[in-house]
Amino acid sequence: MEDRTQIKSIIEALLFVADKPLSVEQIKAVIEVDKTEIKSNIDELKREYEEKHSFRIREVAGGFQLVTDPIYAPWLRKFFQGGRKGKLSKAALETLAIVSYKQPITKPEITQIRGVDVDGVMRKLLEKGLVKITGRKDVIGKPLMYATTKMFLEYFGLNSLEELPDLDEFVKMEQENDEDTRDQKED
Amino acid sequence: MNDYKVRLKIFEGPLDLLLYLIKKNEVSIYDIPIADITNQYLEYLKVMQDLDLDIVGDFLVMAATLLFIKSRMLLPQEDVVLDDEIPDDDPREELINRLMEYKKFKEAAGLLRDKEEEGSEIFKRFLPKSDIDLTKGEDVSREGFEASIFDLIAAFTDALKNIPKDDFKVVLDEEHTVEEKMEFVISLLDRKGVIYFNNVWARIRSRIEAVVFFLALLELIRLKKIMIRQIGLFGEIKIFKPLPTLSSNGR
Repeated sequence: MEDRTQIKSIIEALLFVADKPLSVEQIKAVIEVDKTEIKSNIDELKREYEEKHSFRIREVAGGFQLVTDPIYAPWLRKFFQGGRKGKLSKAALETLAIVSYKQPITKPEITQIRGVDVDGVMRKLLEKGLVKITGRKDVIGKPLMYATTKMFLEYFGLNSLEELPDLDEFVKMEQENDEDTRDQKED
Repeated sequence: MNDYKVRLKIFEGPLDLLLYLIKKNEVSIYDIPIADITNQYLEYLKVMQDLDLDIVGDFLVMAATLLFIKSRMLLPQEDVVLDDEIPDDDPREELINRLMEYKKFKEAAGLLRDKEEEGSEIFKRFLPKSDIDLTKGEDVSREGFEASIFDLIAAFTDALKNIPKDDFKVVLDEEHTVEEKMEFVISLLDRKGVIYFNNVWARIRSRIEAVVFFLALLELIRLKKIMIRQIGLFGEIKIFKPLPTLSSNGR
């Protein structure tokens, strides 16, 4: 049985070795203390890190993860010699946006929205683990249905899909923009 | 010519091009001057065809739609609309809805791009070889079901159609051996964990190479060095190594 002072250190050790966001449940499986205590210990660690360390705990994909403070990015990039993987293509981002809001969704449905064939893009997204197959839709042809993965959340630094703004927010933005163009035209 | 090429690249699809034209002409998306826009759209399409871009197919469908809408708008309206309300059978309505829908997702994609940008500023303590890990997390090798040899043959014959027939010169120049292809597949698997039949296929230059590659796959399957799985019936075929006995990772 761990004594109280150890709990924080154990959580810290777990965060240190984890290569994926660590959920409270995963921590609970290692140390038998209740979730609120785990969370308060994490909060304490967060405070300590912010005071005197260059790394932070970020909440992402439903878990906790040790990451560096963005202000050290220039040096880290230098260290990795710009080694971060390339960015996703526009097509990939558009397709991901559609999947994230409409999931589960089939390829024909995505194609309908984008107006472009998405076979190639979807294959790459599957390969990268950003989307997954969730089953088949009960319509003619029984097409496969796709959804975003935990990896998707982690990649975009989201804790859950609920963090994405409502799609209607974008409509509002569009209407404002549209009015802008109309105004300009009247000028 | 080059100028066009650069500009054409920014269009992901026909809807993208339409939105661009709407913006460029400073017109409202709800009241598209369909004749003008259609003409400009067709001009772009013409350039694309001249350049022989392989994306033209997607753009042709939209061209047909635009021309259809244009023709419908030219037809005299049977019923005179008394009040100055917009007649509810505006032939453009469906297109407007599609554009609006697409635009929403374009904005959402922009948001994802910002998030991606933010993400590039932080570094995880443990960096896997590639930032997006191919093998861990959701186990890609488990989805789908084991593919039969017939599925493989189906994929093979299907893919063979796409290989240029008159590539004999290349055949004479290069020697392909089953061993070499086997090694190639295994080394690719070592690096990537999972490989997709179609991706590997894209690199193949001639029919003889294709046949040799196929034989190599069959041999590897026989030796139980690789397994193949298919995502859905007639779906994509994945090649991966048989799962090793579980290592003691995790904690």
